[in-house]
Amino acid sequence: MTLLAYAVYFAVLVGLAWALAAWMARVYTRTLPAPLLRVEGALLQLCGAAPDRSMGWTAYALAVLAFNAVGFLLLYAILRAQGALALNPDGIGGMAPDLAFNTAVSFVTNTNWQAYSGEAQLSYLSQMAGLTVQNFVSAGTGMAVAVAVIRGFVAAKGSALGNFWVDLTRSVLWVLLPISIILALFLAWQGVPQTLQGAVTATGVEGQEQIIARGPAAAQIAIKQLGTNGGGFFGVNSAHPFENPTIASNLAQSLAILLIPVAFCFLFGRMAGDRRQGRAIFAAMAVMFLAGLAVIHAYEVTGNPAIGIGANMEGKEQRFGAMLSSLWAASTTAASNGSVNAMHDSFMPLSGLVMLINMAVGEVIFGGVGAGFYGILLYVVLAVFLAGLMVGRTPEYLGRKIEGREVTLAVLAFLSMPLGILVGGAIAATVPAALASVQDSGPHGLSEILYAYSSATGNNGSAFGGWGAALPWQTTALGIVMLLGRYAIIVPLLAIAGSMVRKPQAPVTSGTFPTHGPLFVILLILTVVILGALTFFPVLALGPIAEETARLAGQSF
Amino acid sequence: MSKHAKTADLSGLYPAAIRESFVKLKPRALWRNPVIFVTAVAAAMTTVLGLRDLLAGTTGAGTSLHVSAWLWLCVLFANFAEALAEGRGKARADTLRATKSETRVRLLSEPDESPGHAAEVLSTALRPGQYVHVAAGEIIPTDGEAVRGVASVNESAITGESAPVIRESGGDRSGVTGGTTIVSDWLVIRVTAEPGKSFLDRMIALVEGAERQKTPNEIALNILLVGLTLIFLFVVVTLPAFASYSGTTIPVIVLGALFVTLIPTTIGGLLSAIGIAGMDRLVKANVIAKSGRAVEAAGDVDTLLLDKTGTITFGNRMADALIPAPGVDMRRLAEAAALASLADETPEGKSIVDKARELLGSVPVMPEGAEAVAFTAQTRLSGLDLADGRGFRKGATDAVIRLTGQTPPQALGAQVDAIARSGGTPLLVAEGGRILGAVHLKDIVKPGVRERFAELRAMGIRTVMITGDNPLTAAAIAAEAGVDDFLAEATPEMKLDLIRREQAGGRLVAMCGDGSNDAPALAQADVGVAMNVGTPAAKEAANLIDLDSDPTKLIEVVLVGKQLLISRGALTTFSIANDVAKYFAILPAIFVAAYPGLGALNIMGLASPSSAILSAVIFNALILVALVPLALRGVRYRPSTAAALLRRNLLIYGLGGLIVPFVGIKAIDLTLVALNLA
Repeated sequence: MTLLAYAVYFAVLVGLAWALAAWMARVYTRTLPAPLLRVEGALLQLCGAAPDRSMGWTAYALAVLAFNAVGFLLLYAILRAQGALALNPDGIGGMAPDLAFNTAVSFVTNTNWQAYSGEAQLSYLSQMAGLTVQNFVSAGTGMAVAVAVIRGFVAAKGSALGNFWVDLTRSVLWVLLPISIILALFLAWQGVPQTLQGAVTATGVEGQEQIIARGPAAAQIAIKQLGTNGGGFFGVNSAHPFENPTIASNLAQSLAILLIPVAFCFLFGRMAGDRRQGRAIFAAMAVMFLAGLAVIHAYEVTGNPAIGIGANMEGKEQRFGAMLSSLWAASTTAASNGSVNAMHDSFMPLSGLVMLINMAVGEVIFGGVGAGFYGILLYVVLAVFLAGLMVGRTPEYLGRKIEGREVTLAVLAFLSMPLGILVGGAIAATVPAALASVQDSGPHGLSEILYAYSSATGNNGSAFGGWGAALPWQTTALGIVMLLGRYAIIVPLLAIAGSMVRKPQAPVTSGTFPTHGPLFVILLILTVVILGALTFFPVLALGPIAEETARLAGQSF
Repeated sequence: MSKHAKTADLSGLYPAAIRESFVKLKPRALWRNPVIFVTAVAAAMTTVLGLRDLLAGTTGAGTSLHVSAWLWLCVLFANFAEALAEGRGKARADTLRATKSETRVRLLSEPDESPGHAAEVLSTALRPGQYVHVAAGEIIPTDGEAVRGVASVNESAITGESAPVIRESGGDRSGVTGGTTIVSDWLVIRVTAEPGKSFLDRMIALVEGAERQKTPNEIALNILLVGLTLIFLFVVVTLPAFASYSGTTIPVIVLGALFVTLIPTTIGGLLSAIGIAGMDRLVKANVIAKSGRAVEAAGDVDTLLLDKTGTITFGNRMADALIPAPGVDMRRLAEAAALASLADETPEGKSIVDKARELLGSVPVMPEGAEAVAFTAQTRLSGLDLADGRGFRKGATDAVIRLTGQTPPQALGAQVDAIARSGGTPLLVAEGGRILGAVHLKDIVKPGVRERFAELRAMGIRTVMITGDNPLTAAAIAAEAGVDDFLAEATPEMKLDLIRREQAGGRLVAMCGDGSNDAPALAQADVGVAMNVGTPAAKEAANLIDLDSDPTKLIEVVLVGKQLLISRGALTTFSIANDVAKYFAILPAIFVAAYPGLGALNIMGLASPSSAILSAVIFNALILVALVPLALRGVRYRPSTAAALLRRNLLIYGLGGLIVPFVGIKAIDLTLVALNLA
C-alpha cells in the first residue's frame, strides 16, 4: 500500500515532468506559438534587451552576476527600510544589517535560508515585492544558467550560449508564472490565505486572546515550491496549517518541489537530440533519490523504540504522518528546496544522514531548478574523465573532448562544497561566537552545524530546527557560504560550457564512451557517492553515524 | 620484428633505479609531481614529530616513526617507478649514442664536385644545406637527402633490421639517417638537420625521457589529482576542529597518515612511469614519436587511411584461379600455364607457376632447348617455345585473341568478363593456335587483415583504403579486405581533401605515407606516420616515424596510444576506489576514543587503532610498488567496443580497487600482529 502510494506519486511526477520538458524545449528554442512569441518580444523590447544578441560564456556570466547583484541590493534595501514602507499593516520594523544581508543573499541565491520568522519580521511588501520576486527570478536565473550550460554541451561548434535576459524572461514568463498561478489558485482553494489584511486577533476556547498571522501566502508558497526556493511565508514553513492545510495541498506541493528539476533531465535529452542521454541522468538521480527515501522511510516508520512503539512522530504533523513527512524530507533535501512539513531535527539519525548527503553532494539529486542539472553535469564531467580514459580515448561527452581546461574548472567548482561545508563547519564548530547556535549536545550538535553549512552551501535552505540561525556570526558566515555555493559553481560551469561549445563534435562510434546505458548510470551514481563519501565520510561519522551507534547503545542526544 | 622488440630484462636496471630514487628526493625534482611532493612533505613532518616524541620519551614514538618510514617509502617507490621507466630508456639511449661518434667528413661545395677536392670537416659542424660525400664503409654523419648516387645502406643501428636498404637520389627513397652505414657504393648527401637536432639526437632524447613533455591528457589528469589532493587537504585540516568538538584529539602524525593514504599516491606515483613506458613501447615497435601528443592522439583516431599496396594487399597481382575453356582438362591448362610462365621472373609469372604446382603437385622443369618469349609492350604476351615446336603463350585477352585469331568460347568469355568486372585481371593461355583457358590474376589480400579491420571497426575506427587503382578494382579489393570505404585513383590532393572532409565531421584521421607528395596530407592528418625510407619532407611533416617502414604499423601505433590512456584511467580509478577501505581502517581507529560505538565501522576487525593506521599506510606504499610492473607493461588491452572495455575495466579496476585494499589491509594487520610490530 505504502509502496503503491510512492509509486503513484513518482509516476505522476515523471509524467508531468515529461510533459513539462516538451513544453520547455519549445520555450527555450523559440518554437512557441506566434502570439506568445509576440508577447515575449514586446516584453523584451520594453526592457531594452536585444534577444538576437547571443552571448559567449563571459557575457552570460557577467549578466547573471550583474542581475543578481542588483537583485541583492534592491532586496537588501527593502528589508532594511520595510518599517517606513507601504503594505506594513502590522507595523514591523526594519531588519538588522546582518540579518538583511543573510536574507537577501539567501533569496537571491535560491537558498531561502530563513534566519528570521516571516510573520514577525517581514512586512507584506518585503514578502511580495522582495522575497516573492526573488523566488521567481532566482529560480529563473538557475534555469537560464542550466539552459546555457546545456547549450554549451549540445550546440553546434562555435555557437554562443544564448542570451541571459531572454532565457530568464522565458523561464519566468512561460514556465514559472503559469504553473505558479495554477498552483496558487489550487492552494487558495485548499485553504491557504491570500490576503493583504493584517493579522487577526481571535479568542480561543480557553478565552485567551491570540494573534493569528495571515497574509498573501498562497502566491508565495506556489513559487517557493516550484522554484525550489523553500522560504515559507510563516516561520514553520509547510508544517504550518496555513501553508499546507490538507493532504491534497501536501501532494501538490510535494509534486511541485521536484517537477522542474526532473523536467530538466528530459529537457536535456531533447536539447541534445538524444533523449537517452537525459533518461540516463534521470535514472541516476532517481536511483539515488529513491535509495535515500527508502532509508528515511524505513527509519521514520520504524521509529525509535527508546521513545515508544510505532513511527517516529516527534516533530511531525499528525495530518501527514511518517510517510508523507519522509517523502517531503527526501524531496526537499534532494531538490535544494528547503521547505519542510516536519522538523528535520527530530528525524532519526540516519534519516538525517541521508538528508545531509542529499545536500552535501552539491544538490545534484534532482537539485534546485536548473542548479541541480548543471550541478550533475559537473559530476558527469568528472565521471566521464575518470572512467573515459579506460576505453582508450581522450574522454568525451556528447562527442566533445574533456580536457585540461574543463577538468580544472570542474575541480574548481567542485571545491566549493568541501570549502563551504568542511571549512565553514569547522570554524563554526570551534568559534565560541558560532557555537552558541548549537542546541543539542554530542554528535547531534555536530549534525546541526553540518546541516546548516550543507544547507547553505547547497543552497537548500532547510535547517535542523533547534539551530540558532539568527546569531550575527551565522548570518554572516552562512551568507558568504551561500554565495560560494551558488556562484563558485555557476561561473566555472558557464566557463566549461563556453569551452565545450568551441570543440568539434565527434560522431558517435562503437569506440565512443557510451553515456546513455545502465553502465553509465551506475558509473555516475558511483562517482557522486564515492566523491561525496570520500569528502564527507569523516565528519558524517562524527555526526549522524556516531549518533546512531550511540542510539543503538541506548544513548540519545 | 627487430632486435629492439625483445623484452629487456629489467633486473639489471634495479641498482641504478634504486640510486636514482634517492636522487629524486631533491625538492625540485619532487615538485614536478605534486601528489608525491605533498606526500614527501607529510613524511618530513611526521618524521620530525616522531623524533620529537622519541626525544621526549613519549609513548607511541615508535609507531610514529614506523608510520613516517612507510610514508618515505611511498615517496621512494614512486621515484623508483619513474627511475625504472627512465632507466630502460637510458639503456637504449646509450646504445644509440654509441653510433653517434664524431667523424671527419668530406664537405662538397657543390653536389657534383669531385670528392677528391673536398675539404674535410668534423661531422658535428655540419649545417643544413651543405653537401657531403659518403663512401662505402663510412657512417652517414647526419640526417639528409641523397642528391647523387645510389647506395645500399645498413640501417640496423636505427632500425635493428640488418638487411641493407637502397637509398638513391630522386624519388621517395632519398632520405638518409645519421648513424647508418653505407655498405656499398657512395652517396652525395644534402644535410637537412641542424647540429644536435638530428633524428638520432631526437631519438636519444626521446627514449631518455629528457625532452618528455606532459601530454594533454596527462596534464588534465594531473589537475584532477591535484584537485583531489586539495579536497583531502580540506578534509584532513578541518578534522581536528570536528574532533575537538566531539571531545577528542587526533595526533598530527595520524592526520598525516590519513592524508597520505587518501590522496591519490598510487596513480600520482605511477603517472610519469606510465607515460615513459608508453613511449618506450612505441620505440620498441620501432616507431619514433616526435611528440607525446601524437601518441595520445593515436588513441583517439576515428579514421585510418591505409595505402592498399603493402598494407592491405601484398602489392603484386597473383594467380588466384585457373579457368579451363570448355572441353579442356584442368591439368592440361595448368601445365600449359606453367610452361608459358616458366621463363617469367615477375611475381605474377611466379605466382602462376605456384598455382599450377598447387593443382598438379609438381611442375615441369625448363625443357632442354626451350626458348623464352619475353613480354614486350607491343605484344603484351610472354611464353615459351619448346624444341619440339610446341609454343605456349599467356597474355592479355585481346593480345591472345589477336595472336590466335580465335575468340574464346562463349562460356570462357563470360568468365573472363566476370574477372574483369570483379576488379581482377584475366589472362588467356594458349597452346599454338588454341585458347586453353584463363588465369585469374588478382591483388591478394594479406591474411588476417580482414579480421584486423573487423577489430578496428569494433573499436569504432573506420578504415579507408587509398589506392591508385580504378574504382572497379578498388571496390572489389575493398569488399574483400573488409575496409569501410575506399578512395580510388587517389592523388595527393584527393587524399588531402578526404582528410579535411573527415576532420570537418569531427573525426581524427591517421595516415601513413612516404613520398614528398604525401607531406601535405601527413601534416594535415592528426596522426601522420612517415616511413623511414621516405623523403625528408614526408618525415618532417609527419609526427611519427616508422623505422621499419611498415605501413601496417599505423594500427600498432593506435593500439599503443589506446593502451597508454587505458593504463592511466584504470590506475586512477583503482587509486580512488582504494580510499573507501582506507577510511574504514583509519576512521574507527581515530574516532573510537570519542565514540566507542564507531568501533562498528571497523568492519575489517583490525587489531588495534595503531595497527589499523599502520596497515593502511603500509598498504598504500606496497600497492604502489606492486603496480610498477603493470604501469611499465601497460594494462592489458584487447581491441573491443568501448562499452565492453568500460565494463571490463570498471569491474577489474573499479570493483577490484574497492575490494583489494580490504583484503590487503587485513592481511598486513594480521602480519603486523603476528610479528608483534603493532
